[in-house]
Parts: sequence; structure tokens; C-alpha cells
Amino acid sequence: MSNIQLRKISKSYGSVEVMNDINLEIEDGEFIVLVGPSGCGKSTLLRMIAGLEPITAGDLLFDDEQVNELAPRDRDIAMVFQSYALYPHMDVARNMGFSLEIRGEKAAIIDQRTQKSADTLGLKGLLGRLPKALSGGQRQRVAMGRAIARDPKAFLFDEPLSNLDAALRVEMRLEIAKLHQRLGATMIYVTHDQVEALTLADRIVVLNEGKIQQIGKPLELYQSPANLFVANFIGSPTMNIFDVKQVGEELELVNGALIDMQGRGGTSAAVKFGIRPEHIAIVSREQGHVVGTAEVVERLGSDSNIYTHVKGLGQVLIRYHGNTQLNIGDEFGLQFDLGAAHLFDSNGIRLTLDK
Amino acid sequence: MSVLAKPAVGWTISKYIVLALYLAFALFPLYWLLKISVTPEKLIYSDGVALWPSEFTLDNFKSVLLYTDFLIYFKNSIFVSFGTAALTTIIAAAAGYAFSRFQFRGKKIIIGIMLITQMFPLLIIIAPIYKIISGMGLLNTLTSLIVVYTAFNVPFATFLMQSFFDGIPKDLEEAAMIDGCTRLQAVRKVVFPLTLPGLAATLGFVFTAAWSELLFAIMLINSNDKMTFPVGLLTFVSKFSVDWGQMMAAGVFALVPSCLFFIFIQRYLVQGLTSGAVKG
Repeated sequence: MSNIQLRKISKSYGSVEVMNDINLEIEDGEFIVLVGPSGCGKSTLLRMIAGLEPITAGDLLFDDEQVNELAPRDRDIAMVFQSYALYPHMDVARNMGFSLEIRGEKAAIIDQRTQKSADTLGLKGLLGRLPKALSGGQRQRVAMGRAIARDPKAFLFDEPLSNLDAALRVEMRLEIAKLHQRLGATMIYVTHDQVEALTLADRIVVLNEGKIQQIGKPLELYQSPANLFVANFIGSPTMNIFDVKQVGEELELVNGALIDMQGRGGTSAAVKFGIRPEHIAIVSREQGHVVGTAEVVERLGSDSNIYTHVKGLGQVLIRYHGNTQLNIGDEFGLQFDLGAAHLFDSNGIRLTLDK
Repeated sequence: MSVLAKPAVGWTISKYIVLALYLAFALFPLYWLLKISVTPEKLIYSDGVALWPSEFTLDNFKSVLLYTDFLIYFKNSIFVSFGTAALTTIIAAAAGYAFSRFQFRGKKIIIGIMLITQMFPLLIIIAPIYKIISGMGLLNTLTSLIVVYTAFNVPFATFLMQSFFDGIPKDLEEAAMIDGCTRLQAVRKVVFPLTLPGLAATLGFVFTAAWSELLFAIMLINSNDKMTFPVGLLTFVSKFSVDWGQMMAAGVFALVPSCLFFIFIQRYLVQGLTSGAVKG
């Protein structure tokens, strides 16, 4: 078990700086998810923690000891790769026991530890097989088993579920959550899938263009995104964002509709108005902030997504809880739940509003 | 079912016919080699182009083994070919690994120069090579052949090995390093076993190239006890006649190590020739 600290970490390739001023404190036993679009630097950051990628500047500390120059083998961390990276010429048992074998552990202990992790992950009957004789889900389990068998200080996951089909992904996500509860180990998990991030993480780190956008608990990011990027990235379907300008005490949308923020402030600095699809109510034409026409209705069973065209504003997505009676072409009013709305300034930073 | 099966059967048969024709075409020279080698000398001309010798004899093989320097040539060839194959493969594996895994200054230039070396016909550099080898005092030594063959084969073998290393995901080495290996251990325990097909293919390629090389062997070697087998074969050509029977018998012997070598590596080879092309 260990705590991991990143202090002013930066990374450059030649003269190109890809990461800059990354600060993060990960506590012992914490499950941290690094999330962001592809190319945001999340995998690079993980690889720097693993020791596979040199750190250009800054300090990386494990248990308050600087480990910048430590070789991967001496960091005592385990990593699950997106490609699983199972050794093709070794059977499952040897794959799982390989790190113990390299460290010169006794055969009896290797055997015992391998058996134990195989038990944990339901791989008992497969120990003699080669990786090529396994299904995708089984390979994924072996990759996890290889990590568990070592009993490392920390686990690193690099998009471990992205090669699985949807059903298996949900199943393995649950397994990872259980594993974390049982082992109580520090885990750092990289994904571009915000559902994985929201469901697994104690804390989420949102990255974009090599910078940390926000660090927080899953619901914090959802309810109080620090900026436009986080607002857009977290939450599915994504938040509706409209341009606004101040008119008197009210905000005016580009189609001329007025929104009264009821004295919660922020109106003078606001240039963007954000409202999540689930915070828009369907009302009569007269009651709504704007009027729209249903263009596409997706019925998901538990919810409905209504893609609505609002004149002068473009497409607005509404999430309706339950099964909507609306049909394509229906006209209705859209009422925004202003208590859940967000305002952003010209730098994209979210404005703190009075309650 | 039968309606569907019929054209398939016809197709299969015609495929086999084409393959059989190809095989006959490719193997005919070998058959002829074998046929002449077992034909008694007095019948070589009178039998002419008959497909089967009218009399069978092993005398040619016996004379080659007992009355010529063939065994010396053979030994020299084995030494040169194995030496070249081993040396080239070691150098090519190391260079190929570096090209595949590391970024370093001048990498593109080195690859470019290696490509250029493959563009010239060997004939035009015989004279300079001769000068260099003579300057090194290596004329008329088997070492000179190993040095020259290795130099010529390294570029292509390096590209070959690089493509095999490219086919092995970097993740595997990284996983091994996280699991506790040094880079060298990771190469030895994970990369090396997976590159065996590539090593076998490279060994085989270089071995055959060295085994059949004639031009430099003639130029650089002049004493009988240093001759390699292709040069030795020429001793069967005398001023007034060619001893066909013995020459062919010697040729049959020469096939043996190549065949043994390929039987030994073929299970790696088939896998190897394809695995370099498609990322596995």
C-alpha cells in the first residue's frame, strides 16, 4: 500500500511540451480515475507513474520518497495494459507467476499465489492454457490476475476494458470495483469512458491538452464542473450550452429569449449558459423559456432522449424520465431548471452563483 | 449439395494440377542432378536425355569421397556458411532490435545508407574488396569470406529482423519490465522466444546465400585447401573434359546440409515468414 504524489510534473518531447504542471496527491487505498479525450495525456501520465516514460520535470513520490529515476521493476507497481500484454509463449499460470519467478520466489509460493489469484478471478480451469486459447474476457482476467498475484504497492490500469464488448465491459467493471473493495489497494485507472470513471472512482481527474481540468468526486464533477470542458465531458448525454449576453438584469439567448436568473448573480460576466438534458422540463408553449419542435425521439425504456429544434438556437437535447408521449413534429415549451443551470465566463470558467 | 460440390472438386483438381506442374518444373533440375550422379560415366552421353538411367551406380559418389578434395571443400563451406549465418544473425538481431525499439540521432541516415548498399551489383566492388582484404592480410583465408559475406548480408538481414521485432508489441516488454525484468531480461525471456521464427528465417536465408556464393570465393581464395564447395565444384572441369558424374554426385552431397538445415528450422520458418508481415 502506498500514497503517490505528483508535484509539478511536466513532460516534453523535444521542444514540444505535452504535459505541464501536474499536481496530484493520491492517498493510500484510493481509486483514482484519469479521464479525458484521446491525446489528453492521461496514458502518458500513467506511464510516467509506472516508470515507462521519463519525467521531464517535477517530482514523483511514492510514500514520500522521490522515485523519478527508479526503474519500473523497482517501483513495485503492477500494470494492466489495454492490449493485456500477456506473454504468448507462457501458459496462464506462468503468466501470472512470472513476476514472482523473476524475483526468485520459491516454486511452492509462486504456485500458491497463482492458485489464489486464479480462484479470485475464476480462472481455475484455465491455468494450463496459452493466451491464444482464451477469449477476450478471459485474457482480461489473466491480465488482472497477473497484477494481483504480485501483491504490489499500487495497481495501474491503462484502459483495461476498451477491447471488450459492452456486456463484458459492465461485468468486468463490477469485478474491478469488487477487487478494489477487497484489496483496498491504491489504484490508478485511465479511461476515456466517463461511465467507467463515474462508477469506479473515489476521485476523478479530468485531463485535457496535458493539463488537469478538475479533480473531484464523481458527483462533484457532475454537479459543479469547474469549466466548460468538464461540463461538456462529464455527463451523458452532454450538457446543452448556449451563448448568452446580459440585458438588464436578465440573460438573452441568441434567439432573443430572456432568462431571469432571479438575482443569483453572475449575469454580468456570463457568456455561456449550460443546462443538462435532464434539467429541462416539457411544458406548454406559453410556460416555456423557449419553444421547440421534436425532431428525433429515442426511447430507451427507462428514459427518452428528445432531440428538439429550437428556432434561432439550434438543437437542444432533453432527457425525459420515463416514456414520453411526444412524437416527431410536436411543438412544446422548454422550461429550464435554473437552480441546476450553469453560467460560464469568457474564459470558460464556471461562475459561482448564489443559491 | 452435389451440384454445389462438383465445381469445387473440379477447382481443387485443377489447383493440384497447376501445383504439380510447378513442382515438376522447380524440381526437375534437382532430379537431373540426381539422375546424372547415379549414371555410370560411360553411359552419360549415350543415355542422352532419357529420363531414367539404363544402369545404376554409386561409383561417382565413391570417387568423389575417396579420390577428390571434396571433403575439404565441404568442411570449408560448412565453416564459412555457419560462421556467416551466426555472425550476421547476431549483428542483424541487435541492429534490428535497435531500429525497431529506439529513437536515436541518425537512425534514418543509417537506414538509408544500408538501403544504398543493396543497390549496387557486387561485380563493381570486387576490386576494392580485394584491395581491402589484401590490405588486411586476409587473402586466401576462410575468415575473409565470412567477413565479406557478413558485410553483404547484414543490411537485408537487419531489415528482416526489424520487421520481426516490429511484430512483437512493445507492451510485452513493458509488462515484463514492470513485472521485474531489466531490459535485457525482458528481451531474453519474452522477446527472444517470440523472435525464434525470425531468427530461423534469417539464419536460413544467410546460410543459403553463403553456401552458394561463388564470385568472392573465387576471387579471394586460391589454394586448394581453403576452397569452398562452389569453387571446388569447378575442379571437376578439367582442360579437356568435364567429369559430369562426379560433379553431380558432389552436387548431391552439397544439398545435404542445406536440406538438413531447413528441415531443422522449417517449423519456425513457415510461422516466421508470415508473422513478420501481419502483426500478430
